[in-house]
Amino acid sequence: MENTNHEYTIGTVQHFLPQIGRVIGCGPVELAVFKTSDGQIFAVENKNPHPKGGPLAEGIVSGHYLYDPLYDWKIDLRSGEVQAPDNGTVATFPVTVDGDSVKVTLQGTLIQS
Amino acid sequence: MRMERQKLVLIGNGMAGVGTIEQILKLGGAYDITIFGSEPHPNYNRIMLSYVLEGSKSIEDIILNDRQWYADNNITLHTGTTVVKIDEESRQVIADNGQAVPYDKVIIATGSNSFILPVPGSTKEGVVGFRDIADCDAMLAAAKQYRTAAVIGGGLLGLEAAKGLVNLGMDVTVVHLLEDLMERQLDHTASSMLQAELTRQGVKFAMGKQTAELTGDERVNGLRFSDGTELQADFVVMAVGIKPNTQLAKDSGITVNRGIVVDDYLQTSMENVYSVGECTEHRGTCYGLVAPLFEQGMVLAKHLCGAATQPYEGSVVSTKLKISGVDVFSAGEFTDTPEHTVISAKDEWKRTYKKILLKNNVIVGAVLFGDVTESANLQKLVKQGTEMTDEIYSEVMGTGCCGSGGSAKKGMSVEAMADEEIVCGCNGVTKKAIVDAVTENGFTTVDEIKACTGATRSCGGCKPVVEQILQFVLGDSFKESAKAGICGCTSLSRDEIVAEITAKGLKTTKEVMNVLEWKQPEGCSKCRPAVNYYLGMIYPDTHEDEKESRFVNERMSANIQKDGTFTVVPRMYGGVTTPEDLKRIADVSLKYDVKVVKVTGGQRLDLIGVKKEDVPKVWEELDMPSGYAYAKSLRTVKTCVGSQFCRFGTQDSMGMGALLERKYERLDFPAKFKMAVNGCPRNCAESCTKDIGIVGNDGGWEVFIGGNGGIKPRIADSFCKVKTDEELIEVCSAVMQFYRETGNYLERTSEWVERMGLEKIQSVILNNEENRKELAARIDFALAQVSDPWEKMLKDEDTRSALFEKAQH
Repeated sequence: MENTNHEYTIGTVQHFLPQIGRVIGCGPVELAVFKTSDGQIFAVENKNPHPKGGPLAEGIVSGHYLYDPLYDWKIDLRSGEVQAPDNGTVATFPVTVDGDSVKVTLQGTLIQS
Repeated sequence: MRMERQKLVLIGNGMAGVGTIEQILKLGGAYDITIFGSEPHPNYNRIMLSYVLEGSKSIEDIILNDRQWYADNNITLHTGTTVVKIDEESRQVIADNGQAVPYDKVIIATGSNSFILPVPGSTKEGVVGFRDIADCDAMLAAAKQYRTAAVIGGGLLGLEAAKGLVNLGMDVTVVHLLEDLMERQLDHTASSMLQAELTRQGVKFAMGKQTAELTGDERVNGLRFSDGTELQADFVVMAVGIKPNTQLAKDSGITVNRGIVVDDYLQTSMENVYSVGECTEHRGTCYGLVAPLFEQGMVLAKHLCGAATQPYEGSVVSTKLKISGVDVFSAGEFTDTPEHTVISAKDEWKRTYKKILLKNNVIVGAVLFGDVTESANLQKLVKQGTEMTDEIYSEVMGTGCCGSGGSAKKGMSVEAMADEEIVCGCNGVTKKAIVDAVTENGFTTVDEIKACTGATRSCGGCKPVVEQILQFVLGDSFKESAKAGICGCTSLSRDEIVAEITAKGLKTTKEVMNVLEWKQPEGCSKCRPAVNYYLGMIYPDTHEDEKESRFVNERMSANIQKDGTFTVVPRMYGGVTTPEDLKRIADVSLKYDVKVVKVTGGQRLDLIGVKKEDVPKVWEELDMPSGYAYAKSLRTVKTCVGSQFCRFGTQDSMGMGALLERKYERLDFPAKFKMAVNGCPRNCAESCTKDIGIVGNDGGWEVFIGGNGGIKPRIADSFCKVKTDEELIEVCSAVMQFYRETGNYLERTSEWVERMGLEKIQSVILNNEENRKELAARIDFALAQVSDPWEKMLKDEDTRSALFEKAQH
């Protein structure tokens, strides 16, 4: 089990429209990437925590929350936690903005799995 | 070293007391809590005892808080222990086993006892009340051993006990002092119907009989009445009433009338000592139902936690009988006097009865028998002192023009529903989950249930049933809740928001939410699309549509499926296509590996399962206009064959359907909008279930509005008849624009017509030519602004790539 982190550059800040999710494949993981209205960028796995699955990228963004597009679950983009009355978690990935370019870090273990 | 916490002692381990403790824990109250209960059980749902007796539930089923709950919350529980005194001097409560526990605050919640008639023989073996699990056990045991039982008291509890004993195989006679059963809740008519129904179910009655003596040696063997007649019975249940259990309060020197006297914050005459539930007397009233207990508990919990609270001002009570298959309800005043206006409907064949009493046109009371679907609604109307109007009349008396108006489950009694039955099909919420949510949290509104369980949150179709469950659990229904806004982010209604947008010239959702002080600054998935729609409706030419405020389907101009693929539906105006178009659809479907080609109910084709990144290419190669199958907009105009080919056709329905679809396509509405045009009254295109349905006849058209074939089926109302095509178009335009300007977001015309009233819509549009022409002109102006979204997206590379592209790194 190697434990190295992989960093992917996924585009420039302008590449992401405010409150409109984008789908980005990073190695084996499909991400939904959101730019909130305060300019922050969040990356979560594009995998709906609902038992029926599906994507997240097309949801409605409000503050740091996402209302999922299929079942209207409310998800905190910072922690990936699904809000009551539903529960579940979405995997989140650290995002760094370096000048203009947006980078996401994936853990090596995750890439193996 | 943590701060010494205040010591709170609860005397009485029942629903009222423990309900209060649960509220205190929720509010984060920092108390060391000790609870004393005389019964050997943890807290159980006393209301459900009738079901235990009936055999439909076990004791385990009705436990509300098991011992683990007390442990989890660090509560010291003493069951089987009775407190005998509160000693104000030493600040201690003293139990019958000599135990003394110091307190800072005490809550008395000792409930009430069965009132045992003080007649000779009432202490004999085989005479019980019907109040707790022990009584229930005695009744279950008696049923195994003895055959004949008498239940003294024809009130709510007596009848439930009698029915339970009948179910257990006993021969049961209800002895009642008066000529009418449940005379404190029902009028004579409902009482007679109830007696007839229970007689049918095997209960016998001895009416107008006063019990003078219980006969027998050690054990009871019969009753002797004051008129000298006798009744044989080897088991007697006393259900003549309850008596607040005030002994402890009296012995401790606390003021007691019928119950323990409290003020509006549930404080007794002794400082630091409070009282809730059936043992309590507030403003001269002792309550024997559960809803007031929850209401009292909420106020007391807030008071003890130092949270702001309105004082408790008493409760409006209502009654429902918990006997499977017998539906009785009453609220407020139920006996006619000369000053009442009485509305009543009695149906001896269906065995239903409905009576509503008005005083100065205000609804002051109601009685229902046999069909209690309107109980929650009537309860609310009585509580709020609502004035009777035509709308309310047709709603509660069921004389409206609509077919059902209820949900699919209407008419089904929630009592009869099994615990595990799914109430909310969208979110898989069972009846039990809702009942538990209400009892455990003291909920009194559907919104609270929605937030906790998810029921009613998706399609809303189960709301009437959820309301009935609430009613059934509480026996009394909804608190006046704070004015509900369009969603949890605001307390403003749709009309207020629209008025503010116009008055203040607000231009974007951000501005609306900021200026109108939304609780969640950027709104939620409910209000963002709604406000975006209202802005577009108010400023058709200048509002910049906000993609980020659109639901996924409208944002993408395609319908998302559960696996994240999309469905593409091109227009087929009036449900008519050509071989060339079909060929192109087939070629594109093959090329992009469309999973299913499905014929829709709206006479067009669904291309299901297009990969997200292929959607724009499919549009481009189809080169057809969007069918808006994803939108709150005109979907399709369904047509029959009509006069072009049909032997019976009197009008060209295909032509008119295509014309209307071309005219009104692409415009945003509050909700999806469906139409149909028929060439003759055979109505092959089903106008009766469309938002606007049009039926041709020899000499013109008839227009129907407000039909729906979906979640709440409704047959459309006849709106008007017109002679020419021009008039038809003008009427359609005016109806649509009036709906666009007055409809709540997501409100279909079936609901809108009922809310506005058909006559009002007719008078606005048909009796006022100027108004009609202005509405038509406004919709034409809005229509002039729209363009095809697929074409637009193909030209806008930034948006298209953001929405549809999947980059791989």
